[in-house]
Amino acid sequence: MTRRERLCYFLALHRTGLTVAALSLALLVYPLVERNPYTLGVTNLIALHVIVVLGLNLFIGYAGQISLGHAAFFALGAYGTAVATVTGQLPAWVAMAGVAALVALLALVLGLAALRLSGHYLAMATLGFNIVVHTVLLQWDAVTGGPSGFSGIPPLAVGAFAFDSEWRFHFLVWGFVLLALLLCLNLVRSGVGRGLAALAGDETAAAALGVDIRRAKVQVFVLSAVLASLAGSLFAHCYGYVSPDSFDIFASADLVIMVVVGGMGSIWGSLFGAALITVLPEWLEIFATYKDFVHGGVLVLVLMFLPQGLVTGLVDLVRVRLALRRRGDVAA
Amino acid sequence: MAFSDLLQFLFAGLTSGAIYALIALGFCVVNNTMGIVNFVQVDFVSLGGMLMFSALFAFGLPIPLGVLAAVAGVAIVAMLVERLGLRPARSDHHLVLIFLTVGLSIILRGAMKLIWGKNRMAVPPLTPDEPVRLLGATVLPQALWILVLTVAAILLLTWFFYRTPLGLAMRAVADNPTAAAVVGIRAGRVRLVSFALAGALGGLAGVLVTPITTLSYDVGVLLGLKGFAAAILGGFGSFPGAILGGLGLGVLESLSAGYISSAYKDVCAFVVLLMVLFIRPQGLLGK
Repeated sequence: MTRRERLCYFLALHRTGLTVAALSLALLVYPLVERNPYTLGVTNLIALHVIVVLGLNLFIGYAGQISLGHAAFFALGAYGTAVATVTGQLPAWVAMAGVAALVALLALVLGLAALRLSGHYLAMATLGFNIVVHTVLLQWDAVTGGPSGFSGIPPLAVGAFAFDSEWRFHFLVWGFVLLALLLCLNLVRSGVGRGLAALAGDETAAAALGVDIRRAKVQVFVLSAVLASLAGSLFAHCYGYVSPDSFDIFASADLVIMVVVGGMGSIWGSLFGAALITVLPEWLEIFATYKDFVHGGVLVLVLMFLPQGLVTGLVDLVRVRLALRRRGDVAA
Repeated sequence: MAFSDLLQFLFAGLTSGAIYALIALGFCVVNNTMGIVNFVQVDFVSLGGMLMFSALFAFGLPIPLGVLAAVAGVAIVAMLVERLGLRPARSDHHLVLIFLTVGLSIILRGAMKLIWGKNRMAVPPLTPDEPVRLLGATVLPQALWILVLTVAAILLLTWFFYRTPLGLAMRAVADNPTAAAVVGIRAGRVRLVSFALAGALGGLAGVLVTPITTLSYDVGVLLGLKGFAAAILGGFGSFPGAILGGLGLGVLESLSAGYISSAYKDVCAFVVLLMVLFIRPQGLLGK
């Protein structure tokens, strides 16, 4: 092998690790260049969405199931730590872990019930769950503050160092994103992940090859719920205020749109989908005014023309073109 | 607890139950021909109320004509949704189709918000509101209309499915799509008709219920989801199940609101939904 071939081989072999390293480096440098708190606020919001979308994407893309209730897990994470730290006076990190464990339990029960049947019962069960959670948040004034929301949530802190500005929070939340990203990237290449990929391809075939379908689906559902809950806790500690409006069923629909736009089953796509859908309304006034049309339209167009997602779809398109051209060259 | 109270709750429950039954039937029709959960069903309900409102106030139609125009209008929109929104999809993967209905539902809701605005509106009842006394309970004429027209719609639907060639074709597709295709039944037409039926059922539910609730662009979301819960309760895909599930859910909800707590009335439907999935996931009349 020449040196160039060896380099190419190295790059191809370690492409995932190298991309993660490059992303981490970019994230380290970014806040040094960008000091505007508004912009940092937007990227932090992207990060919070990415954490949820990574989990949801594993569930939709790999388990082939639909959840329209992840905003509810997000809400439980947010309100859970809010109530535990302010009313219950628990340390924030303990509250975060505790709430995540409770959410895992809840997701386990919900998943076991709804995944008993094949078909898309979970979609409606989670949607119903979201409405229940939203109603309870609105009605249970004494604990949740009702429609006016819950405020005064302290920022997270390590020792005396509090993550109390957008700039400091950037490192915390993107740190979590990188952890979640590594977890997902490694998971899909493990035995469990290969089982899931088989499941996404064909349930019957996967079952014939010894994948415990129901168990695998429930596991991914719980994992995605835990990620959503953690993101919710981060959300609460970042803004110091939560209100039921951020967690209605339309928020869940937005999360699903992020997954679809990024590409179902594409982990890197999750980053792109979350970023695009978060930025669109911030970017242009008209996108915020006609948010329904933009979000619905994006979802419909992507599903119709690039059902594998915007990034994966376009990459595939280019690859096919290149391959055709190469063949044309050979023929000529 | 007084007997008249119980009767009052039962009547209220049957009234909303009839609405849930209509919506649940809409879900079942589409599920049986396409095998998907059609999220747009939810918006057919709001659209029915909206069209009724415009037919009465913008075009000045008399009430019976207004009902017909609204129901037909929603059926046409539903056919457009199928023809332009679902059929061009290059995939028949269920996940893709279901997500498409989610997207179309968002767009339709946005369109309604744009056309009719965000304000709550009032639709007049079919006949003037003079409460009728019945066995010690007070019943609004609108509630009676709901029950009568729901029964009429169900009879019409039964006639369609069992006495017309198209109805036979649709039952064939529901029973076995491959065999139906083999004997030359055109799948596209059956899907189109199933959407039209779902739209008409949802639209009728919207026309009937909005005088009691109020009308806004998202009134159908909660009603539609309860309709789905009703369909699950009865056994998803089964028509008698949808009717039984709708009435059962309506009564349960009304009783829980009357005797337990009205603030958490909306939660009842989903508790029922989850219980059904836990205990008897195939529903009351499911296979």
